[in-house]
Amino acid sequence: MKLTLKIWRQKNTNEKGRFVSYTVDNVNPDMSMLECLDVLNETLIERGEEPVAFEHDCREGICGSCGFMINGIPHGPMPATTVCQLTMRHFKDGQELTIEPWRASAFPLIKDLVVDRRSFDRIIASGGYISINTGNAPDANSIPVGKDIADKAMDAAACIGCGACVAACPNASAALFTGAKIAHLSILPQGQPERDRRALQMVAQMNAENFGGCTNIGECTAACPKEIPLEVIATMNRDFIRGSWKERDSTVRTITPMTEWSTGSKLDIDPHATS
Amino acid sequence: MTLDGKVPSGPIEQAWDKTRFEMKLVNPANKRRHTVLVVGSGLAGASAAATLGELGYNIKCFCFQDSPRRAHSIAAQGGINAAKNYQNDGDSVYRLFYDTVKGGDFRAREANVYRLAQISVNIIDQCVAQGVPFAREYGGTLTNRSFGGAQVSRTFYARGQTGQQLLLGAYQALERQVNAGTVRMFPRTEMLDLIVIDGKARGIVTRNLVTGTIDIHIGDAVILASGGYGNVYYLSTNAKGSNVTASWRAHKRGALFANPCYTQIHPTCIPVSGDYQSKLTLMSESLRNDGRIWVPKQKGDKRPPSQIPEDERDYYLERKYPSFGNLVPRDVASRNAKYVCDEGRGVGETGLGVYLDFADAIKRLGEQKIRERYGNLFDMYQRITDEDPYKVPMRIYPAIHYTMGGLWVDYYLQSTIPGLFVLGEANFSDHGANRLGASALMQGLSDGYFIIPYTLGNYLASTKLEKVSESHPEARNVEVAVKESIRKLLSIKGKRTVDSFHRELGKIMWDYCGMSRTAKGLETAIQKIRALREEYWQNVNVPGSGDDLNQSLEKAGRVADFFELGELMCIDARDRNESCGGHFREEYQTPDGEAQRDDEHYSYVAAWEYRGPGNQPELHKEPLEFKYVHPSQRS
Repeated sequence: MKLTLKIWRQKNTNEKGRFVSYTVDNVNPDMSMLECLDVLNETLIERGEEPVAFEHDCREGICGSCGFMINGIPHGPMPATTVCQLTMRHFKDGQELTIEPWRASAFPLIKDLVVDRRSFDRIIASGGYISINTGNAPDANSIPVGKDIADKAMDAAACIGCGACVAACPNASAALFTGAKIAHLSILPQGQPERDRRALQMVAQMNAENFGGCTNIGECTAACPKEIPLEVIATMNRDFIRGSWKERDSTVRTITPMTEWSTGSKLDIDPHATS
Repeated sequence: MTLDGKVPSGPIEQAWDKTRFEMKLVNPANKRRHTVLVVGSGLAGASAAATLGELGYNIKCFCFQDSPRRAHSIAAQGGINAAKNYQNDGDSVYRLFYDTVKGGDFRAREANVYRLAQISVNIIDQCVAQGVPFAREYGGTLTNRSFGGAQVSRTFYARGQTGQQLLLGAYQALERQVNAGTVRMFPRTEMLDLIVIDGKARGIVTRNLVTGTIDIHIGDAVILASGGYGNVYYLSTNAKGSNVTASWRAHKRGALFANPCYTQIHPTCIPVSGDYQSKLTLMSESLRNDGRIWVPKQKGDKRPPSQIPEDERDYYLERKYPSFGNLVPRDVASRNAKYVCDEGRGVGETGLGVYLDFADAIKRLGEQKIRERYGNLFDMYQRITDEDPYKVPMRIYPAIHYTMGGLWVDYYLQSTIPGLFVLGEANFSDHGANRLGASALMQGLSDGYFIIPYTLGNYLASTKLEKVSESHPEARNVEVAVKESIRKLLSIKGKRTVDSFHRELGKIMWDYCGMSRTAKGLETAIQKIRALREEYWQNVNVPGSGDDLNQSLEKAGRVADFFELGELMCIDARDRNESCGGHFREEYQTPDGEAQRDDEHYSYVAAWEYRGPGNQPELHKEPLEFKYVHPSQRS
């Protein structure tokens, strides 16, 4: 197969980017999309040009590193498939593919197809956990959890944090990502003590980042490689409203978003910020 | 140098309790005065950083990925062992200990393994409390399965994503500490060297992968949890970024590297489909329960499998091992696949594959039953290969997926450099020559959650640490050396890409230091690696500069280390004149082709000391004693 790849090239956050077209001959239909980029990069290096920077690691669809838009669709045309598992046989010989990074102001671009997703880490840091120090746990079977509950929690917990939901959303909302973690933990009995505060904190952090609001369009769940259901957003909204009443006297702290890379992720916590 | 494993005296059952009592404690008010550097954020690193943060230490945690949640622990599928005996089927701490020592082919340290089995039960409690959604029975209790031929059901799992869920649990605990201000996280930051001052590990030098800045980080101790080195083979089931650099550079600063030749090969992976192949995908081993493995009897038979009549097929495992058939141990299944492919009877376009055929099982049980058992695996196979395994046999081939060797550590998980601790797959300690299924996750979390918090405290409380700053001359020297090596890589501007060298190195390793090894082959490999390494330093082309995100430069440094490690693996494999676990020397096998150990001469840990560029490494031996589980031939 022969393909034309129209790829977004941008040297760094500050410089302007542009599309550059490359022709890749000898595309094997069994290759993954990322292996196709590998082949292109080898040619570019041999020609003395800079290879295309793209994020990737496990290449089996679980680490969440990879992801970009192919012809306007996050992770390309196949449902429940990340670009590392997307094989080229789904494209036609001679086709042109437009490849661009996730576009969202909460995901500042670093280089070419690589974006900064630390906003997701901050959402988790703001409350996406059960506060239990090591050594504190009771016997694992002391709290029974029904199979249906465990399965539901697992459905939400399957999120890989790739960011496709944000990229798919016309508002660039992170509601599916945030809702998935809130739903995972609020379904389980272990997650109950912090349920209200967790929702308040995480939603406040989501709002403090540059994500847009959710208007229930549903593009996120359609693009999600792990098929996280839209109902996690309803769970988030319910817990947020519940928490807004029950925790009305608590202070909500948010973590200041940072875009610098020079100093590691030093946290500047602003105690005055509230939801 | 005498290697002292510091194994506690007295009965093994009380060894860890006794050690915990004897260890010194750091005053709670003093903990925040100690800065500890944690390299890696997988199960071992994240659990260590989170737990030490909870205790009040000042932690800096580093990972090369964009987020700590992406470490390769996330890809573990099968499960995690624990001696809970919830199934009432005869499991116990002692049995898990026994199985692990035996499974490791009597090349692990007994006391470490016993402690691992003891701690296994606490891990499950901790993970459940964190919200890890393990599989449950309808009644609400945890469910288990039997894994990797174990006779008891002791494996806990979360669908086929156990590693993901355990890592997210540890990652969330870590982020909680980030929020609490005890952990400062440095993503997209790669450790490039270790700073040793007055004989103690006191810091690391890192490269910021976005800005290219080289930084010095000083601490009172350094914890490496940087994973295994399977990517020395280029093709493996490891993530593309997994590398040996942190461990290797610590090795070059004085940490001994133990048993580098112990590598594990998984028999059921999806075969390579072409030269562009970048990694291999594992398929659960459970498939061998119902699939039959075969190749054509004729060399070079290119007919589609459906047109090869029954009497022209060679079900070689059933033929050679009638009592085990397709369920022979991992290494036997892997080696035999290699042998038939070497004979020219391999299948698929590349000839590197064997059939795993479900036709008989479907005939016997019906397609529905097979779909229930393996539906998700069949879907995954179809997504990657575009072939329907319900209709045509799967093609499988072995692949590297775990490395048992690693930096040598004592019972306290401390390397031969005081203050340098090594956890998880990066150390050598618990799996001997062969790791049992569902034991990697257990070891990573045991080291991070439950061992290092004690042993690190003991070190800090009993060691006099001088005040050291970033401007210490030794720190500056290391920084200069790191900058120089980066400059050198960028200045060669040769004709070949980093990947082309890595691929060639991987092929040498796979051919000569893979599933089966010979002294002669290993000698050849050493020569080839040396020649290729020489070419690398004259002809590699690393484009771009060191001042921004440069993925070629990142790879170039890692591949440079893989060259040196690869040579050491071959030296270690050549030196070990026996077969054990994942190390199979063709010269040493039983008449049935089983690994033949030589306990009289090789019952030791081979720990190698770096002696400078171009010099032979020096071998140090830690003798292994088996007081509880007596060596027998593995069956």
